[in-house]
Amino acid sequence: MRSFTYERARTPADAAAAALRNPDTKFIAGGTNLLDLMKLEIETPAHLIDVNGLALDKIEPTSEGGLRIGALVRNTDLAADSRVRRDYGVLSRALLAGASGQLRNKATTAGNLLQRTRCPYFYDTNQPCNKRRPGSGCAAIGGFSRQHAVLGASEACIATHPSDMAVGMRALDATVETVRPDGATRTIPIAEFYRLPGDTPHIETTLQPGELITAVTLPKPVGGRQVYRKVRDRASYAFALVSVAAIVQRDGTGRVALGGVAHKPWRVEAAEAAMPRGAKAVAAQLLADAKPTRENTFKLSLAERTLGAVLTEAKG
Amino acid sequence: MKFESPATTNPIDQLRIVGKPVSRIDGPLKATGTAPYAYERHDVVANQAYGYVVGSAIAKGRIAGMDLSHAKAAPGVLAIVTADNAGKLDKGRLNTAKLLGGPEIQHYHQAIAVVVAETFEQARAAAQLIRVDYVREQGAFDLASLLDKAKPNPITGGPGDTAVGDFAAAFAAAPVRLDARYSTPDEAHAMMEPHATIAAWEGDKLTLWTSNQMIAWNKAEMATTLGIPKENVRLDSPFIGGGFGGKLFPRADALLAALGARAAKRPVKVALQRPLMFNNTTHRPATIQRIRIGATRDGKITAIGHESWSGDLPGGKADGAVSQTRLLYAGTHRMTATRLATLDLAEGNAMRAPGEATGMMALEIAVDEMAEKLGIDPIEFRILNDTQVDPEKPERPFSQRQLVECLRTGAERFGWNKRNPQPGRVRDGRWLVGIGAAAAFRNNLLTKSAARVRLDKSGVVTVETDMTDIGTGSYTIIAQTAAEMMGVPLENVKVRLGDSAFPVSAGSGGQWGGNNSTAGVYAACVKLREMIAQKLGFNSAEAEFVDGAVRAGNRSVPLMQAAADGGISAEDEIEYGDIAKKYQQSTFGAHFVEVGVDAATAEIRVRRMLAVCAAGRILNPKTARSQVIGAMTMGVGAALMEELVVDKRAGFFVNHDLAGYEVPVHADIPHQEMFFLDETDPMSSPMKAKGVAELGICGVAAAVANAVYNATGVRVRDYPITLDKLLEQMPDVG
Ligand SMILES: Cc1cc2nc3c(=O)[nH]c(=O)nc-3n(C[C@H](O)[C@H](O)[C@H](O)COP(=O)(O)OP(=O)(O)OC[C@H]3O[C@@H](n4cnc5c(N)ncnc54)[C@H](O)[C@@H]3O)c2cc1C
Ligand code: SF4
Repeated sequence: MRSFTYERARTPADAAAAALRNPDTKFIAGGTNLLDLMKLEIETPAHLIDVNGLALDKIEPTSEGGLRIGALVRNTDLAADSRVRRDYGVLSRALLAGASGQLRNKATTAGNLLQRTRCPYFYDTNQPCNKRRPGSGCAAIGGFSRQHAVLGASEACIATHPSDMAVGMRALDATVETVRPDGATRTIPIAEFYRLPGDTPHIETTLQPGELITAVTLPKPVGGRQVYRKVRDRASYAFALVSVAAIVQRDGTGRVALGGVAHKPWRVEAAEAAMPRGAKAVAAQLLADAKPTRENTFKLSLAERTLGAVLTEAKG
Repeated sequence: MKFESPATTNPIDQLRIVGKPVSRIDGPLKATGTAPYAYERHDVVANQAYGYVVGSAIAKGRIAGMDLSHAKAAPGVLAIVTADNAGKLDKGRLNTAKLLGGPEIQHYHQAIAVVVAETFEQARAAAQLIRVDYVREQGAFDLASLLDKAKPNPITGGPGDTAVGDFAAAFAAAPVRLDARYSTPDEAHAMMEPHATIAAWEGDKLTLWTSNQMIAWNKAEMATTLGIPKENVRLDSPFIGGGFGGKLFPRADALLAALGARAAKRPVKVALQRPLMFNNTTHRPATIQRIRIGATRDGKITAIGHESWSGDLPGGKADGAVSQTRLLYAGTHRMTATRLATLDLAEGNAMRAPGEATGMMALEIAVDEMAEKLGIDPIEFRILNDTQVDPEKPERPFSQRQLVECLRTGAERFGWNKRNPQPGRVRDGRWLVGIGAAAAFRNNLLTKSAARVRLDKSGVVTVETDMTDIGTGSYTIIAQTAAEMMGVPLENVKVRLGDSAFPVSAGSGGQWGGNNSTAGVYAACVKLREMIAQKLGFNSAEAEFVDGAVRAGNRSVPLMQAAADGGISAEDEIEYGDIAKKYQQSTFGAHFVEVGVDAATAEIRVRRMLAVCAAGRILNPKTARSQVIGAMTMGVGAALMEELVVDKRAGFFVNHDLAGYEVPVHADIPHQEMFFLDETDPMSSPMKAKGVAELGICGVAAAVANAVYNATGVRVRDYPITLDKLLEQMPDVG
């Protein structure tokens, strides 16, 4: 870990302004991801702005009938919120499928969205990794890639985004609210929040440097049966090989997003039209441009089969 | 005391305290976080500085240059030790690779430097400033590609190859035959407590507060490595947070703490960082195994052959995967063969039940496959081929062998008769359900062990031996042994372990610790009883030690009276004659597993497990049970998830942390039962006990594999059995 300076921000505008003053800055929330990465010198910020005092820890109704989730709401609290459990079951289930009870007590909504990949080569600073050290190459390509992306990957990076929560949020069409270092605020639809790796896998979202997440907003509840199914080798405390977030209405229409398959939660709205026709039809479109490695080809049939099981469950 | 003839009745047979399910006497220390583990011994020596280990970034080659200047100038740095400035070091006898590499690099994450600083954070930050120039060399990392180049090699405790009769002819002639290939991956010990040491020099005398299973080995090994007399090294390792064989030999933490302390002229503590542990230390080596079984149509094995390939660094060891196949089943014509390839991965070495653990993973699938070919129930097939003598040397009977009883009892308790022999037929909601079984087998090893026992005037009995408790319960069974022998309540016994100043014990490894270390305590107690009897004027042959008194006839004298003038102590050792040559001593069991396999995703979840074990006298059913269920859990890991994945280009285990190297969590282990058969083995020692801690893992993975087959009809012969290996053959879903 490199030494760094540290300050506590009092208001979101404060935090954003502090980021402007210190170019090599990171916000720290629960620290459950950032600190691990700093210890290994995968992240080496010169300055940390602690956002835990920002009073962004409330879940409030919006005038549109949805919910605004403060950036600092802990994963445990979000999953347990009665409104979330009633109206946004897929989100609650996705959260509870992630990490462990202790970690969820610490982990925040914004931190969870911004957690970084679990690619093992990203974690080993001896290995080439374009995400960690742009231009150094990608050790995962041609290496151990069982966990890696089958969709939307590039020649530069085949990493996946590991968040479960984000997959649920994608299915719910959440929007991310931010404040920029200059004080301007904006909202970013979650569909536009994550980037594919392309030539710049180190740039993972459309946030600008120093841009602070203040909240995530969920639109008005859409009803339906909401399922989150996470597939993994061990029963708990493991990242998804594949996960499926689905919202299925009585007539069989609905929404589907996949986790564990790409650099972002994977949702293809056009594919959802096929939902009443069943998993195979949806999967054919969702996975149309898949380019698996030898080691993760199984994710294609796994995704299709899991989707099938989820749709059956949602019907039942 | 020399143990040369079968044990007769002795004070242990009273079973007033031995054999009782006593809770761990060290439990409160552990539950309150006050058991002194190596890295946290802040009180043993003042002024401790912190070391941080730097591991090699390449697998093979050499260091052309190292730039330490930035690290040296970093805040708080006291010293940096590398092979360049460490002075002359010997490799030692026990390790294959050097603990401090450079300029030659033998494997990935081999330690190449330790940075010592005032704080841990400073040491870590400075370590990351070291710049190293490497010259890479091509290494060999892929066992499967080296099978032809592998050479014959002995295995621990025996030859690599054996042959009886004419295997080839008998196999060719057998009407029913199996010829199958299996593989097991490299596995990590992944114990909770990392290797950790605090080192302090006083003049030329070195003390290491460390975490180590084998105190005397390591005292000698550290002395050899550092080139100092053995008397100048003291090790203290009273509590060990798991080892599983990963702490049998000294590791880089101990050497680098010693070197760091010498360079910094201060005590230094070093723990191996978790991400280093997988490539820096030893691991269970991967194997590729071929098993051939030939049988008559009515299920009698006529030919059985087991070959195993593994790899290690030059000069390393072969995995003993074939060893149990020499002993487990009858069959006139037999062969085993062991081949070792040269690999440039980290050192392969002992991990819980080395040999049998990997061998049983393959053999017990093969037996299941063979039973199916024969159309015989797999339990019956095993029973049909039971042997009460060493099949390679029929003049040697087993001292005790209750394999058949274990299988029958287990089948009865588990409800084996409800198993549908047709695979893929049982469904419970989304789950395909299957049941599998396997035999359990592990040899019992005899090795000498000493202890000192003292009675003080308050009536407290103190036992000292360099035996270790790696979480197994050694403290407790040793206390039970001494309490039984001296006729005092358990609370009156103090047990002190793990200090090299104490008499040399068997140590912890190879499931030999329990029986041998308590037998050593027994020997010392016998001697102390004689001294006390004499002192109190009893004929020692007649004296009984009960309820804090010595009694014979009508006379009874309080025990503590023998220590009235200041304490009385005795030291002795158990040594073994050639009993182990005349009788084959092994432990037996049977594992039963029910799994559910998700019909859609092929996720495999264990639903319930049962082990039945026959392993001599069970000194403490509670701690023994913990050993067995822990081993069963580890077996589930081996079956379903544990695999060090080799990057065959760069030559290292890629998943080198606990996120990537998965071991079972609570949710994976819903329901375990275990049951010990009544057994006393008079050939094993005066304790009549044997090992259980490794027996518990042997066969578990195969029972899981057989259950997965029974559930799905998909036979996976390459561990771990992960869903991707089933998926293509799973039934279609919606
Ligand atoms: C052992 C382990 C297992 C795990 N398993 C899972 C799992 O199965 N599924 C899963 O989804 N997750 C899993 N996680 C990840 C966990 O969910 C994340 O670590 C956690 O959500 C991060 O939240 P945090 O508040 O601690 O973030 P931090 O570590 O504090 O921050 C993470 C990132 O977000 C940035 N950040 C934080 N707050 C803001 C803000 N308001 N505005 C802008 N940037 C911000 C930080 O600068 C940093 O880059 C696991 C983690 C661990 C350690
Ligand atoms: S996949 Fe991405 S994160 Fe992994 S090594 Fe390649 S560039 Fe790095």
